[in-house]
Amino acid sequence: MKLFAALALLLVSTLCAAAPETLMTHSRVRFMAANCAYCHGPDGKSRGSIPSLAGMDKNHFVSRMKAFRDGTRPNTIMTSHASGYTDAEFAALGDWFATHK
Amino acid sequence: MAIDRRDFLKASAALGTLGALAGCTSLSTAHNTGPKVIIVGAGFGGATCARYLKTWDPKINITLIEANRDFVSCPFSNTVLAGMNELGDLTFSYDYLKKTVDSFVQDRVTAIDSIKRQVRTAGGLRFDYDRLILAGGVEFQFDKVPGYDETARRTIKHAWKVGSEQTGVLRRQLAAMPDGGVFVMSIPKMPFRCPPAPYERACLIADYFRKAKPRTKVVVLDGNPDIVVMKQLFLTAWKKHYGFETANSIIDYRPDNEIHQLDAKKMIVHTNFDDITGDVINIIPPMRAAAITELAGARASNNGHWCPIDYRTFESTIVPNVHILGDSTQSVFPKSGSVANNTGKMCATALVELLNDRWPDNAPVVTNTCYAASTDHTAFNVAAVFRYDPAAKNMVAELGGSGISKQESELEFSYMESWAKNLLADSLGLPEGYRYTMKF
Repeated sequence: MKLFAALALLLVSTLCAAAPETLMTHSRVRFMAANCAYCHGPDGKSRGSIPSLAGMDKNHFVSRMKAFRDGTRPNTIMTSHASGYTDAEFAALGDWFATHK
Repeated sequence: MAIDRRDFLKASAALGTLGALAGCTSLSTAHNTGPKVIIVGAGFGGATCARYLKTWDPKINITLIEANRDFVSCPFSNTVLAGMNELGDLTFSYDYLKKTVDSFVQDRVTAIDSIKRQVRTAGGLRFDYDRLILAGGVEFQFDKVPGYDETARRTIKHAWKVGSEQTGVLRRQLAAMPDGGVFVMSIPKMPFRCPPAPYERACLIADYFRKAKPRTKVVVLDGNPDIVVMKQLFLTAWKKHYGFETANSIIDYRPDNEIHQLDAKKMIVHTNFDDITGDVINIIPPMRAAAITELAGARASNNGHWCPIDYRTFESTIVPNVHILGDSTQSVFPKSGSVANNTGKMCATALVELLNDRWPDNAPVVTNTCYAASTDHTAFNVAAVFRYDPAAKNMVAELGGSGISKQESELEFSYMESWAKNLLADSLGLPEGYRYTMKF
């Protein structure tokens, strides 16, 4: 049993080492989306003046994030956040919030 | 025949659906035979971790141990000092969290055996664990400030952990000050909990004085060589609102002024350069990781003051199966409520993988956001996105993804309000439609 576990761990870690760091696993995207909650509310449903993200159209989400990053929307706190993500991450987050209403 | 609780639970498990039919969580959760996770401390880190762990993998059996009856929010506690809110407005029930976890225990942990994987409490309880999470925040090093002994602490408050004995007393002292008096506050060297908060405190108390007793001064003795975060924003606000660098300045800022001796009887603070007499003195002592981390033997790095961790899992690099959250960690993160909240989820993400024999994410991305009020209606922020670098085994702030406000604004004050509401809801599980009484 222990040997099996050790082998499994070895296998997983080998896979993991081979996997690109940009891999959008369910677990990673779920956490990335949960990151937004302290401002945008649990499950993306805001309790205050900051907009909710739950149910937002994907294209709308992605174009907003790009506009914050590129500076074509006014510099708010979202410029700081949007500048930290890749296009692939914008798309994955867009998918997440569009499907979690 | 007598049927004991264990047999009854076995029988109901055999029937399978009883728990669901009765909707009786106490029965079904008491019978939860999943991996045992004990979380000590229901602050922003521990509470958030518990909630997300349960949401993402309900079969994990979570015991949450917390010493306090209610949650009182440190964020916005400077508004209590300024008379904008009462402590009651920042006090929240643990009831929602209690419904989430398998067991919520109001008690203090007194011993940890990391070999047997056991925790003991002051109330005489003993718990076994597969994984232990320590989210105890910080403890104060009063002995680093000569004169800040037990007697002195009856009158000289830190108000750096919120509560009636601290924030409540300091508010009453400020309210009782004469116009023309002097308020002295002392900031310890970094690292300490919530880096912008001392400078926000100076702002909000100056704002209160400006309106209530305009000849009263705020003397800020900073142990650091300069304002540690959002320097230009604070300086601009001090100049704009509080006459900073003029003869009539309410705020008198003195960097590199670490306190060397407190004389609580004569109400004098001695530093390398100055001896300052105050009508009210507020000393924020140096901090280190909570005492609970010492019980586990996890407090080791940086002169034994903080807890080194593996960023991917928040597991202690010293004690296996023990994870450290929030302010107790030795990390690149600021010791903020936002970071405690998000790293609570980060640890939960990793534990869901580990407890299901999977490997945790090798390159997680996590954010921080700090807001600070410059007046009772304006604020600004600092925010950063961190990404794990597996080669360096370190969290790296994304170059583009960090920045500060261009200037203070009322819009950001409303965002700060929203951040506080959502942070509290996300950490404590406050339901939709929850009625906050905080005034903004």
